[in-house]
Amino acid sequence: MGATWVYAEVTPDGVHPSALELLTKARSLGGDVAAVALGPGATDAAGDLGAHGATIVYTSDDQTFADQPGRPAAHTLHSLIGQHMPSLILFPGTYEGRDVAGCLQALTGSTLMANATDVESAQRARAEIFGGTKIVEVDLAGPEPRLVLVRPKSFGAEPAGGTAEIVAVDAVTPPGPTATIVERHAEPASGPKLGEANVVIAGGRGLGGPEPFAMLADLAAAIGGAAVGASRAAVDAGWVPYAYQVGQTGKTVKPQVYIAAGISGALQHVVGMKGAKRIVAINKDADAPILKIADLGVVGDLFQIVPALTEEVRRRTSS
Amino acid sequence: MNVTVLAKFVPNPTGTPALGPDNLLIRDAGDGALDPGDEYGLELALQLVEAGGGEVTVVSMGPAEALAAVQRGLAMGAHRGVLVTDAALRGADVLVTARVLAAAVARTEHDLVIAGVESTDGYTGTMPATLAELLGVAAVTAVRKLEPDGDGFRAERQTESGYDVLTAPRPALITVTAGATDPRYPSLKGIMAAKSKPVETLSVADLGVADATPTQTVAGVTDAAAKAGGEIVTGEDAVVRIADLLADAKVI
Repeated sequence: MGATWVYAEVTPDGVHPSALELLTKARSLGGDVAAVALGPGATDAAGDLGAHGATIVYTSDDQTFADQPGRPAAHTLHSLIGQHMPSLILFPGTYEGRDVAGCLQALTGSTLMANATDVESAQRARAEIFGGTKIVEVDLAGPEPRLVLVRPKSFGAEPAGGTAEIVAVDAVTPPGPTATIVERHAEPASGPKLGEANVVIAGGRGLGGPEPFAMLADLAAAIGGAAVGASRAAVDAGWVPYAYQVGQTGKTVKPQVYIAAGISGALQHVVGMKGAKRIVAINKDADAPILKIADLGVVGDLFQIVPALTEEVRRRTSS
Repeated sequence: MNVTVLAKFVPNPTGTPALGPDNLLIRDAGDGALDPGDEYGLELALQLVEAGGGEVTVVSMGPAEALAAVQRGLAMGAHRGVLVTDAALRGADVLVTARVLAAAVARTEHDLVIAGVESTDGYTGTMPATLAELLGVAAVTAVRKLEPDGDGFRAERQTESGYDVLTAPRPALITVTAGATDPRYPSLKGIMAAKSKPVETLSVADLGVADATPTQTVAGVTDAAAKAGGEIVTGEDAVVRIADLLADAKVI
């Protein structure tokens, strides 16, 4: 097949880890592999991208890409596509990936598949539906390149030890109106990052309000290296910030242990955490769907169990 | 200010979804509803016109049953509705959907187009960005707050680490996050009034969309490997059992 490209999202913290996962997959498909990295810091990321399988990295460090979400990147990609005609472009399933791929689809008229969990070729990809209980094989047709958004953490990132040729590109200024970022606000986060923690303790609607999240934080501190997460219901209710959200809309996590407290187990949530090595669910409702996927399901009152567990963990770790 | 809100009719959001023999989601089982994720944007639209004047138009594409999604929007307070329904759109993919909605939205009076971040059935989340580009308007996705600002808008956009503030000229398209507003329940008066509000029903031919052939088709569906059922415990040893599991996983 023709070349596979990876859209390597550049964030203020560097290249998004999904780029390395997607490159690892791309090099298994056969054909040439290139990455496109746009925004301040893009050129610095080229070494990592090359080590993971990109033989060419198209880069621009232009500030426009950071200031205007979606459109400048899509129009620049469109220009590059016209010159090099790749067969397939893989995007991370992030907000930025969706914006760029969505806009690009309007320009190319090519197919755009979202939520892919595996990619076979430019003609075939795979997705999980209904909370991962069914796998759908999707045939992709229409003009190339085919565009596929892949769920983060679908593949492991493995370096191949190569070096990429860096090709500097010019930012294409999109015609017409574009939204512009005028302020950035980071919400303070403490403890390990949700996506990287060994243990995730997540709270849902069953917590009943923002205060009981302190109880989850106590347990996380007792365990050490644990992060606190939340279901969409708890985030929508305003109890914790969006950064806590685990699920289809939020983060995908694959910790050693996932403890779901007061989370019913909506499909939305399950797709973000079912990859955890071990799942513990605490729920007062014996019929909660989360108990069906838990390795250890506890039917009981989380307001008694969580503090008691914190004590038990402290007792064991202090001896 | 006139606002056009996209409203998707989805299978019962709290029910169990199912595929038909053609591997397409069953969308006309009779228990469908307006996507709950669209109600936040609808509420925002109603608040904007209540504060600044203008009208709200609800646009939906779906089976004939999708009229229920339009009517829900009208009952909440929207002024008029548009339903695009056509047998040719069964199995439509995101590109076809964006082209059809672009043609339908272009016919409405709008300073602002509002959609949900993603639908509750497909979770694709890319259609609005495609639609904005086809319409030639600025887009801001994942908006949690929006206010008019001079000739344009000022929006707070959710990010992975916090939020950004963006400005966009009119007309603009935004997607609104769940929880951004507190959607109202339709009043009995609203439900009665909805019955006399204008709803236009359009076909693909009415919109002049030349090609409704999907570029994605389902080749097959298989069951994922079922996870072995875990153990359910109750009562006093639960705490010890969880701690044992943590120790076994070597995280404590």
